[in-house]
Amino acid sequence: MHETIFFILKILPYLAQGLTITFYVSIVSFLIGLTIASALTPLRVFLRPSLSLVIKSYIEVFRGTPLLVQLFIIYFGLPSLGVKFDPLTAGIIALSLNSSAYQAEILRSSIKAIPESQYHSAEALGMSTVQVYRYVILPQAIRAAIPALVNEVVTLVKESSLVSIIGVAELTRRGEYIVASTFRALEAYIAVAVVYLVVCIAMSQVSKILERKFKIPGYERGVV
Amino acid sequence: MDVLVIRELTAGYHSTPVLRGISLRIAKGEKVVLMGPSGSGKSTLLKCIVRLVEPWSGTIIVDGTNVLEDNVDIRKVRQKVGFVFQSYNLFPHMTVLRNITLPLEVVKKMNKKEAIDRALQALKVVDMVEFKDKYPLELSGGQQQRVAIARALAIDPVLLLLDEPTSALDPELREEVLETLRNVAKRGISMLIVTHELDFAEDVADRILFMDHGMIVEEGVPYELLYSPKKERTRSFLRTIFRRLYTKH
Ligand SMILES: Nc1ncnc2c1ncn2[C@@H]1O[C@H](COP(=O)(O)OP(=O)(O)OP(=O)(O)O)[C@@H](O)[C@H]1O
Ligand SMILES: [Mg+2]
Repeated sequence: MHETIFFILKILPYLAQGLTITFYVSIVSFLIGLTIASALTPLRVFLRPSLSLVIKSYIEVFRGTPLLVQLFIIYFGLPSLGVKFDPLTAGIIALSLNSSAYQAEILRSSIKAIPESQYHSAEALGMSTVQVYRYVILPQAIRAAIPALVNEVVTLVKESSLVSIIGVAELTRRGEYIVASTFRALEAYIAVAVVYLVVCIAMSQVSKILERKFKIPGYERGVV
Repeated sequence: MDVLVIRELTAGYHSTPVLRGISLRIAKGEKVVLMGPSGSGKSTLLKCIVRLVEPWSGTIIVDGTNVLEDNVDIRKVRQKVGFVFQSYNLFPHMTVLRNITLPLEVVKKMNKKEAIDRALQALKVVDMVEFKDKYPLELSGGQQQRVAIARALAIDPVLLLLDEPTSALDPELREEVLETLRNVAKRGISMLIVTHELDFAEDVADRILFMDHGMIVEEGVPYELLYSPKKERTRSFLRTIFRRLYTKH
């Protein structure tokens, strides 16, 4: 028993180094995903249905197929068209595109959740469409989106374990290295799981802090 | 000069007609109360005036501007017309003060200091200055509605449109808003008010219009319309209002 715990403690620092890459992959993918989603969302909100259908298909494709398959297409498939990426880049591309689809849904639904009365009162005051969104709709929608966006970061931290398969030396991959050299699969993967768990719990605390910081005062008393 | 002239206005949603030929005038400084059963088109009429709902046909002239002309900048018209909604519609993520200064700064292009001065003046009219740094959802419904009235007043409108400003409020909160509106009325601003508050209408209105099924059925000075209405439809509507009043107390 003690031996097991010592073993886990001993490998934790080595795993923690992999965490750097896990974070790097997840955060960069999140930010690229957010950028793409932010570009897609106004197109979806303002474009005529035929054009937004293209965007909708993009979102459906990435949400409706397994991330692992998307990763394989990018890393193993594209080279046959002459497009080759190193594992880290391929991993980030797959996660970014996949996440952008989910984030686009988050952004759109938080905009949709703002009641029509808010548009009406802003328009009645003489604001232009740009002003209505800039001052009234988006500040509220972004606040409403924060919990779901933080949750998306948590999801990415976990899903980034998939890029271990193509050889990126992140957290899970390092667990595999330890298993290969010590044959202690149970302890090694439990240690890996513990690291993910700690990170995710910490992030949900961050989410709570952010929510509190950006909460609309008095919100809990009534519906907007 | 009349601040509002409406002629033969029709409007509706999709292909269902709601307004079927409305004509009315409001003179400068005049207070007009609009009554009518639920669904008769009162809110639709108010929204048409600033084109929050697109009218089908007819003429709307606000302060000399033909609102329905193709090349009209409707935002210019909206800057001259205050609109107070039933459910206040303040911006919940901004303080009371910011709710009022925002349109002054971004629409009226005032500088920050002018906007704050103007906002504080408007808050004084509705007696809400001490709440300027609160957020809307920290206030009672009556207080929120008073802020909404201040926000509409701050743009210095030629016409104030109020759509059932007290009907979303608990009875004990209505009186403070009605009192505020009585004060606003004394300032000489032209008002078109949808309300079923009979005492208020009798005190404040120069004229009352009764609307049903998208048409103005009858109009008159408060005394006439409330106590000796000519049309049966007006009479039966008023009976339901009176009945509601008496069963409440
Ligand atoms: N956005 C909308 N889309 C479709 N129909 C609508 C819309 N708004 C109102 N209507 C319909 O138009 C008719 C008139 O509605 P309106 O809100 O103008 O009536 P109202 O006289 O203000 O009633 P209330 O006293 O209940 O506020 C109603 O039949 C209503 O169902
Ligand atoms: Mg109405």
